[in-house]
Amino acid sequence: MNQEQLLSLLEKNSRYDTKDLADVLNETEEHILEAMSEMERQKIICGYHTVINWDKTNTDKVMALIEIGATPEREYGYDRIARNIYRYPEVDSMYLMSGTSEFMVIIYGKTMQEISEFVAMKLACVEYVKSTATFFVLKQYKADGEILEEAEVKEERLIVTP
Amino acid sequence: MMYDTLLSRKVKEIKPSGIRKFFDLASQMEGVISLGVGEPDFHTPWLICESAIYSIENGQTHYTANQGLFELRKQICAYMERRFHLTYDPQKNVIVTVGGSEAIDISLRSIVDPGDEVILLQPGYVAYTPCVELAGATPKFIELTEENQFKLTPELLEAAISDKTKAILINFPSNPTGGVMTKEDYAKIVPIIKKHQLIVISDEIYAELSYSEEHCSLANFDEIKDQVIIISGFSKAFAMTGWRLGFTLANETFTSAMNKIHQYIIMSAPTAAQYGAIEALRHGEKEVQKMKESYEQRRNFVVNGCNRIGLKTHLPQGAFYIFPSIQNTGMTSEQFCEELLKEQKVACVPGTAFGEAGEGFIRISYAYSIEHLKEAIARIDIFLKNRKF
Repeated sequence: MNQEQLLSLLEKNSRYDTKDLADVLNETEEHILEAMSEMERQKIICGYHTVINWDKTNTDKVMALIEIGATPEREYGYDRIARNIYRYPEVDSMYLMSGTSEFMVIIYGKTMQEISEFVAMKLACVEYVKSTATFFVLKQYKADGEILEEAEVKEERLIVTP
Repeated sequence: MMYDTLLSRKVKEIKPSGIRKFFDLASQMEGVISLGVGEPDFHTPWLICESAIYSIENGQTHYTANQGLFELRKQICAYMERRFHLTYDPQKNVIVTVGGSEAIDISLRSIVDPGDEVILLQPGYVAYTPCVELAGATPKFIELTEENQFKLTPELLEAAISDKTKAILINFPSNPTGGVMTKEDYAKIVPIIKKHQLIVISDEIYAELSYSEEHCSLANFDEIKDQVIIISGFSKAFAMTGWRLGFTLANETFTSAMNKIHQYIIMSAPTAAQYGAIEALRHGEKEVQKMKESYEQRRNFVVNGCNRIGLKTHLPQGAFYIFPSIQNTGMTSEQFCEELLKEQKVACVPGTAFGEAGEGFIRISYAYSIEHLKEAIARIDIFLKNRKF
């Protein structure tokens, strides 16, 4: 079983039928299901999400990137501070970074106001957090490898060619 | 005035393409799902497009040297060495052509005279026969069979050679069969090529799309390397069909002869395309490997799917075609494809478009997304079930 190829296929399209995946990878359906379950158990596969362009819906959704400066804790380093941040459901993604700040956090909220309040009232108050800088996303062009704005390209190829 | 009486005899004698008929039929219908396209569905990688655009912005819009930009020829030689262990001199052995198509034409025209025979393999790419005829030579056909996985055997080759045989034109990985020749397969025919001093025109446009093992060329055999003219290009591996860029690799004598024709009929290949190709060879190989992996997955998908619905096919080891047998349906290839098109709106190409040896087969291209292939297979399944095959 080519685990990397299976993961790449699922990363591109988590809605593939297991039967189709089996045909693509020359495996049995059972093997595919077993491999997926095992990778879910090991947290290699962490979810099956959908890439959504919220700008095209009527839903109010604002995205912000937040740099967080923090002081490491003796014995725990940054991990316990991180845990105290990522447990907030508003936090969508979180990374420990090299560079001027320690963490980068991606947050979604209904309005800029809501995000600002969350940063001021919650994130900035987490113990060992010493600074925050908030960057609101004005427009998203590409997410998870998908270009969001471009119109679907029409099939340009001739219908039959040598 | 009867203009057709003014046409050249040679042109009048060229048979109409079997593919043209299906194109005309399919393009008049709505909702057709095609499996008939002989080109990648991927767009040209952006890094290649960007380099070509930059070259235009930079005013690089003039003719290049007849043989092509020297930097491109250098990159082609480095690429052939790196990927296929073949050594060529960018000054003496390379011509950058307008697609592999021009390369087929100039290679044939530079080596044959009227009365010469050129051996062609069938099923084979549709342009070879007319190109041989236009060059003034006579095609002599070898019929490849499914039992031999559409490979060329020494027995078949030996039987096809006559006093008039000048050259053989081969194409592995093959369009339309997806067949390949391994190093061991070639080793069996090398002594025959050497003994009869045959010129080999080797169309290796699908070389990068070899799945089970590394591509081998007849030019990898030192004893006949100088008898081989390699034709290759950027269309298939780099998804650059519309850029029309290919190349020839051959000994200095052949290269200089081909260049005589090339300089008068073409002058030089499109300049922006050449700059794009330089970038393709410098930094595009990662993209090639990604596309290859995807083709291999689609091949598995389509072969498994076709075999499941009773369209028996072997697992081809190259290119992006499968060549399943439809003999158990009792229909001719044309009949099968025509009825499939009319009834289920799926366009395939009848095997006979690639020569009479293609009777009993159809060509399915898998240069499509999995979703597209899935829908097409489902429609073919209904077509077969309706006829209780």
